[in-house]
Amino acid sequence: MYRHIDSSEPTFSLGLKLRLLNWGLVFLVTLISGIGAALLYSAAGGNLQPWAIRQITRFGIGFVLMLMLAMVDIRVFLRYAYILHGIAIFLLVVVEVKGKIGMGAQRWIDLGVFQLQPSELAKITLVLALARYFHGLTYEQVGKPLVLLPPLAMIFIPVGLVLLQPNLGTATILTLVGGSLMLMSGVRLWKFLIIIVAGVSALPVLWEFMHDYQKQRVYTFLDPERDPLGAGYNIMQSKIAFGSGGLIGQGFMNGSQSQLRFLPEKETDFIFTLLGEEFGLIGTLFVLGLFLLVLIYGFAIALSARMQFSRLVAGGITINIFFYIFINVAMVTGIIPVVGIPMPLVSYGGTAMLTTMIATGILLSVSIHREVKVPRVFSSDSL
Amino acid sequence: MSIDRDNSRYRIFSRRVALLGALQAAGLGALVSRLYYLQVVESDKYTTLAEDNRINVRLLAPVRGQITDRLGVPLAINEQNFRALAVRESAGNLEEVLNHLAGLVPLSEADLKRTLRDASRRPAFMPVTVRENLTWDEVSTLELAAPELPGISIDEGQLRYYPYSDAFAHIVGYVGKVSESELDGDPVLALPGFRIGKSGIERFHDQELRGEAGRKRMEVNALGRVIREIDRDPGKPGSEIKLTLDANLQQFATQRLAQERSAASVVMDAVNGDVYALVSSPSFDPNVFTRGITADTWEDLLSNPASPLTNKAIAGQYAPGSTFKPMVLLAGLESGIIDESFTVFCPGHYDLGDHRFHCWKRGGHGTVGTAESLEHSCDVFYYELSRRVGIDRIAAMARRFGFDSPSGIDLPGERPGTIPDRDWKRANFNKPWTQGETLNAAIGQGYVLSTPLQLAVMAARLALGREVKPHLTLSVDDVPAVRGDFPLMGIKAENLAVVHRGMGLVVNSPIGTAYRARIQQKGMEMAGKTGSAQVRRITMAERATGVISNDDLPWNQRDHALFIAFAPFDNPRYACATIVEHGGGGGAVAGPICRDLLLDCQQRDPAGIRSV
Repeated sequence: MYRHIDSSEPTFSLGLKLRLLNWGLVFLVTLISGIGAALLYSAAGGNLQPWAIRQITRFGIGFVLMLMLAMVDIRVFLRYAYILHGIAIFLLVVVEVKGKIGMGAQRWIDLGVFQLQPSELAKITLVLALARYFHGLTYEQVGKPLVLLPPLAMIFIPVGLVLLQPNLGTATILTLVGGSLMLMSGVRLWKFLIIIVAGVSALPVLWEFMHDYQKQRVYTFLDPERDPLGAGYNIMQSKIAFGSGGLIGQGFMNGSQSQLRFLPEKETDFIFTLLGEEFGLIGTLFVLGLFLLVLIYGFAIALSARMQFSRLVAGGITINIFFYIFINVAMVTGIIPVVGIPMPLVSYGGTAMLTTMIATGILLSVSIHREVKVPRVFSSDSL
Repeated sequence: MSIDRDNSRYRIFSRRVALLGALQAAGLGALVSRLYYLQVVESDKYTTLAEDNRINVRLLAPVRGQITDRLGVPLAINEQNFRALAVRESAGNLEEVLNHLAGLVPLSEADLKRTLRDASRRPAFMPVTVRENLTWDEVSTLELAAPELPGISIDEGQLRYYPYSDAFAHIVGYVGKVSESELDGDPVLALPGFRIGKSGIERFHDQELRGEAGRKRMEVNALGRVIREIDRDPGKPGSEIKLTLDANLQQFATQRLAQERSAASVVMDAVNGDVYALVSSPSFDPNVFTRGITADTWEDLLSNPASPLTNKAIAGQYAPGSTFKPMVLLAGLESGIIDESFTVFCPGHYDLGDHRFHCWKRGGHGTVGTAESLEHSCDVFYYELSRRVGIDRIAAMARRFGFDSPSGIDLPGERPGTIPDRDWKRANFNKPWTQGETLNAAIGQGYVLSTPLQLAVMAARLALGREVKPHLTLSVDDVPAVRGDFPLMGIKAENLAVVHRGMGLVVNSPIGTAYRARIQQKGMEMAGKTGSAQVRRITMAERATGVISNDDLPWNQRDHALFIAFAPFDNPRYACATIVEHGGGGGAVAGPICRDLLLDCQQRDPAGIRSV
């Protein structure tokens, strides 16, 4: 049973918050990041340089950030949800304009150790904004079609901006996360069916708007052997690496595909392939199992929260992590086209690490503040 | 806020989370089954592909087999070839390093440019050849200067070398770079710098000489850089080919023929078909081909009227002239149309219809018998004989002696010659055969063509009456080549004896046509037959005013001088044929060459008949 906390108590002491912290989730996140660092050590041929050491540093910073966010009262996120989403959209516009002017396709803002990609930030703020919106609606209200216009705007404004970049992978995740949140909010299922049907019929139109390299990726996905030295090379080499890993793998730092550089982008998007080659099916299932535990923790936190905002935030963040993992693994194993989605916590790269740690921090905050309740209709100043 | 309303939202939320959970479980299930498929079901296939990726098999060029004469004297060997190699990545500024190198050893502008071009096209760690054939001095200069030449290394390779230069060029041949059309699927041919036999034995026995490539298996990365060597299979060096030639005899023959502008000789064994010497003069230095021939040298070889690149002994086709007469005589004797006592009166000419055929001796030979017809090479005798025998019998006899088809000697480029008969005339000219043509054929003129090798084979078959065939390969890696046990041809001994007597008189009778070419050493006497083949047509007008002497004609209009011979006369073993292009009289020019070769051959005695 839940530890009962008086919901009228506006703040918790730091000590209490630390006691309420979901240490299991913290441990899982640390373990997965540790595995990631070990794989980066192997990817560099048994060197901490250049990837592992920096990834560990980033994790350290992200870890502190995660704990700090965990301590932040969930009501603060509720209060600033729209503003944060607004800022994210504003930054998306900024990098878009900057990219257009500067000719260079730089889609991030440099923060030193991290590079902040507004599109990554938008994945979190979208969850917050949608959660706040649906927090204020009853089940009956959710049934009214016009009510769904504002959340659709919250989803498709950033999706549109991200597509302009162009970043098909992130746009897909934003759409899927937004859709999942609306599903969890009680939007009627038949409406999704309509959307799905409409979406499928819109595919040819979308195809027309796709860039050549994106079309190429789809072609390559459909037939990797079509161009084994060009676009199909990555996926072909990735499959070879998985297959040669077999059941138990070729051993730590012994994957010939990765160590001899046949596998491209082995430290970023294709790090799961390196895992598969060196640790085999046992290794890949183990890491997938750890992520499954993270998902179970996430949904457990969502289901245990007392107010709709918290539930939706926890559910949205968890589904976000799922989509990351699913798309990355499906991509490197050749189930879907290569869309450039890294594996959270494991792939080398500051942005993904930062986003995941922020998301986990908010998830932990939901966990700590699961008993907190705010009325459906409230004034921001009252928080 | 209504608790009920929130409860309904929570209920819906839980249900929807359950729905999403189920979808996610399905998604993860799909991933797990995909991973199972890749990592367990298809594992073997991908493991093989990964090995293919990882392991780079590099071929090691096998050492080309040696070619030696019958006693093991090397005729084609491999010499060390020092090459300067450059590695772009270790050189830093390659152009600067090469310029420095050019100051130490000679390096042409073209070599420099090619090196830079090659280097820029290959990965930075791959060595490219800067210069080949460095001398010892150049090697030591470069070794000393090594600190100033980063990225430059000396590599030792093999280069084909022919120590006798031109003496064996037409037999041994030479090697050269592999051309597109020569790629036969053997991967070793694709090795840079690999040489393949282009002519002669080098080409005929290329497969055996080539050997089998070794293999070095190396682990490489995606860029092709070698990480380590896994194992190596040294391959099989090429076989050593031992030829039937006697290097000393061949060399002697080369020097002897060099006295003429253009000539060819063959000396062979009448019992087992071993070819002891086969010379086509002038020759060329095959070493210029392996080192890379210059345009000037190539031009000179091509424009020389004595065609040094052609092996005239097997590819030159000449009218055999009077050397053909034994065929006509044998055709008459074997067919029973004449016997040994047959005689013809020679008034110096022979009338056929309204055409008069002349004997080479204007005044005529008087009454000529069978053996004497050879001794004097009386044309009229053969005009009469051939008219009785007919072209088809003559042609059949000539074919039994090896004319009209390649001898099958183990050399590329042999030509078949021509023996005309009625069918041949009809097939080629669609005209009936005329008697005049029979008369011309009877003295080895007209359509009759043969190679010097065919003449040598005829001489050998005349010597012992065996169907001997010539060959050059004695053994491959000490495994003796199959040499036929040549059967008797079935020529009646008494008929052969008539020919022998006649050929003996040619050189040993003071009135024979080649008395000057006799061998005087006791027991080494030879028998032979002269021949002079006209290469121009003598007009009626010229015959009226007197035929212009060969000495007064330009070189390329003079008669070819021919001679066939075998020795020793009383126990034949060695056969010889010689042609001297535009040499004039067979007895005066070609005969002495055969004499010198057969004398030298008998003194060296490669068949070992004298020790028995």
